[in-house]
Amino acid sequence: MSLLDVKDLSIRYAGSAKPVVNDLSFSIEAGQSLGIVGESGAGKTQTAMAVMGLLPANAVTGGSIRFDGQEFLSAAPDILNRYRARRIAMVFQDPMTALNPYVMIGDQLRRILLEHKICKSAEARERTLAMLQRVGLPDAERQYGVFPHQLSGGMRQRVMIGAALLGEPDLLVADEPTTALDVTVQAQILGLLRELRSQSNTALLLISHDLGVVAGNCEHMLMMDNGRMLEEGPTQEIFAAPSNERTARLIAAAPRIDVPTKTTPLPAGVAPIIEVDKVSVSFREGRASGKRQLDAVRSLSFTVAPGETIAIVGESGSGKTSLARAIVGLIPMRSGAVSYAGKKLPGLVQSRPNAIRRQLQMVFQDPVTSLNPAMRVAEIVAEPISIHEPKKKKAEQEQDVNQMLRHVGLGIELRERYPHELSGGQAQRVAIARALVVRPKVLICDEAVAALDGTIQSEILHLLQAEQADTGLALIFITHDLSVVRQISHRVLVMYMGRVCEVATNERMFKRPQHPYTKAMISSVPVPDPGAKPAEVPLAGEVSSILNPPAGCPFHPRCQHAVARCSEQVPELESTASGSVACFRANELDLGY
Amino acid sequence: MSYGAAIRQILRKSGDNKTIVVCSSILLLIAAIALLGPLLSPHHFASTDFENRFMLPSAGDWHLFGTDDLGRDLFVRTLLGVKVTLFVAIVASCVSLGIGVAYGAIAGYVGGKVDAIMMRAVDALYALPFIFFVILLMVVFERNFLLIFVAIGAINWLDMARIVRGQTLSLKQREFVDAARLIGVSTPGIILRHITPNLFGVVVVYMTLTIPQAILVESFLSFLGLGVQEPQTSLGALVNSGVSTMERAPWLLLIPALILAVILLCFNFLGDGLRDVADPKEKTL
Repeated sequence: MSLLDVKDLSIRYAGSAKPVVNDLSFSIEAGQSLGIVGESGAGKTQTAMAVMGLLPANAVTGGSIRFDGQEFLSAAPDILNRYRARRIAMVFQDPMTALNPYVMIGDQLRRILLEHKICKSAEARERTLAMLQRVGLPDAERQYGVFPHQLSGGMRQRVMIGAALLGEPDLLVADEPTTALDVTVQAQILGLLRELRSQSNTALLLISHDLGVVAGNCEHMLMMDNGRMLEEGPTQEIFAAPSNERTARLIAAAPRIDVPTKTTPLPAGVAPIIEVDKVSVSFREGRASGKRQLDAVRSLSFTVAPGETIAIVGESGSGKTSLARAIVGLIPMRSGAVSYAGKKLPGLVQSRPNAIRRQLQMVFQDPVTSLNPAMRVAEIVAEPISIHEPKKKKAEQEQDVNQMLRHVGLGIELRERYPHELSGGQAQRVAIARALVVRPKVLICDEAVAALDGTIQSEILHLLQAEQADTGLALIFITHDLSVVRQISHRVLVMYMGRVCEVATNERMFKRPQHPYTKAMISSVPVPDPGAKPAEVPLAGEVSSILNPPAGCPFHPRCQHAVARCSEQVPELESTASGSVACFRANELDLGY
Repeated sequence: MSYGAAIRQILRKSGDNKTIVVCSSILLLIAAIALLGPLLSPHHFASTDFENRFMLPSAGDWHLFGTDDLGRDLFVRTLLGVKVTLFVAIVASCVSLGIGVAYGAIAGYVGGKVDAIMMRAVDALYALPFIFFVILLMVVFERNFLLIFVAIGAINWLDMARIVRGQTLSLKQREFVDAARLIGVSTPGIILRHITPNLFGVVVVYMTLTIPQAILVESFLSFLGLGVQEPQTSLGALVNSGVSTMERAPWLLLIPALILAVILLCFNFLGDGLRDVADPKEKTL
């Protein structure tokens, strides 16, 4: 008998005819790992919730979920509670909302032990401390009394995993456990999960949108789409020979950092269109007394040529978004300057002349919040025209809008829609249309595809590349996702705590990284190939607090190659044969593959 | 254009909400009777009939609600009271809406020193003791219908300004405002086209809650004798005179008080319902 046996599961919500999960069957043996992969809306999370008995009251279910012989779907809460924590436990996507913000993390874990009578209250504290240590909170004694907001995202997720494993469950359900985390922290958490499972023989149900995460962590996988199962089987076999056409397409569309992609050829010997010269951005933290200066970007310089794509990569807190916003003039720079076509620009967008404003456009991360919910698609795209070409007649303007919508791959029947009536991909296309309709020379994309599903992500990237090939648009692409960088950029700039680590061409960066941080980041990215060895937790620790940056090289506390000098002096960005790098040991280290 | 969208959306969703449908039907019915009723009744609101004081409600000679201490028909007077009360409340709320939205949106969007100065002015006005303020106005300008609007509007717009400012502060963080700045939309353009249409939901909800507040204030002023003047009347004034004859003719108090209560309840429930429909947290608005 399987540990978990799901048969013909279907979930529908009252008042809606379309089921969110339809005829889903799978099973997990003791100690086995199954990854459920699918794009948003595939029904992955609903399945996980059903397994945990956490579906809302208005869900109508059919089929059966048997855990160790016990039917879960129709079970009363007190029966489920006998299984929860002790036999089956869950790790949620967002550890901030899954932890109680008012309770010390140690007490949260202790309460689980006591609530489920896993141990006596005398032992509870000790077991909590042992678990915190086990999941990698080294100073457990002190961390016991810490509140969730005082921990970083990675640490919080470690606490969540600890909480789930307290009762030594037979099955761990993890719903996108690393989606909210940075790539190096993701590698740490996945490594931790692998390590803990190998110690205790816990079965794993891992829900993820990322084929790479599943490929490296699950023996079996199940592809879902639109509430239905596409294919199920051993991960190796599915990746090697997918039998379902849609599965094959999803696997092919998954971005890979180990495979270079064709970018538009770069025109040689052209003067840069954007020059960023020693730009610094600072914020003031706190109120008048005890104000602290937070240096988000520190004296950063780079150039972009027409027709070029430069990717600015960094983890959260690296200052990449502040840099983007300073370039377009949404936030003030503390020092430095941005030049457009050789001319220095005023700092803030309000003081830039309209003729230049139109040349610098931006696409934001969240397509839903970047479109005005009270305006129709046609109005959104027409607004820039009416500002920059006010003399244009209504009919001409309408024609431009239609042409632009078709250009970004949208039917003109969407003209009258409101943003909330669009899918994420459509909304992002509208945002791109709004940016491109005034034919800018430079487009800054701030995580423009981060909120989108894999297949839509690659469609949007192709759209941007096609636009670049047609018009010689310069792209500044801000992202945390190295697979996207690999796919779209000519050059890559790596940021860490507001400084540049390394600038290099795409090919060189991924083949022969020169900065230890670049190397660590690249090897942290999960590769959608079950044959590839999972990253061996290449980078320990987390980004230092930007309010209290370490002396010397900002990366040295995490760097395994650090020497004494690294903690004393800040390395300057120095030009090398194939780019530039800010590391004292760049010449002696060989970080290539 | 954009405002139309917000209105249509609220209307569409309101159709499915029982509370909204029931409450707005009752209010519309009361308003219709208040407008048309006096035309059908043979009595005039100011004509006295000392032969027939304190008559019990009867259908016979069309004294549906009876007569008061001067023999005036209470039915016609109540309807007049409803009309005056609703008129005062709605006009005062519209005034406070206009001032409050403009003031709050400008303070919130412009921010910085302008915001600080504008909002401290609001705080200062809040500190004025309202009743003294009204009495003072009455003394200086004599009793005047217009003065009631001024008095009620003067307090109501403060709340509206605060709410709108708060909402604007959160809206201006949204990326579509950044996008508009990059496109080159001017500050007034951003406030008019991008901020205020998105305030609509909150404002509509809040307005249905300020109307009952205004009704209460008007009733309170009339009850104190500071409101409308005889022979004009309002629900508050009717309740006031009802109290003085409570022992002899309780219906003179009960009928206007009951109608006042129904109107207040309906507006409050309507506001509750609209809040569900136009919840600013909901993405669709």
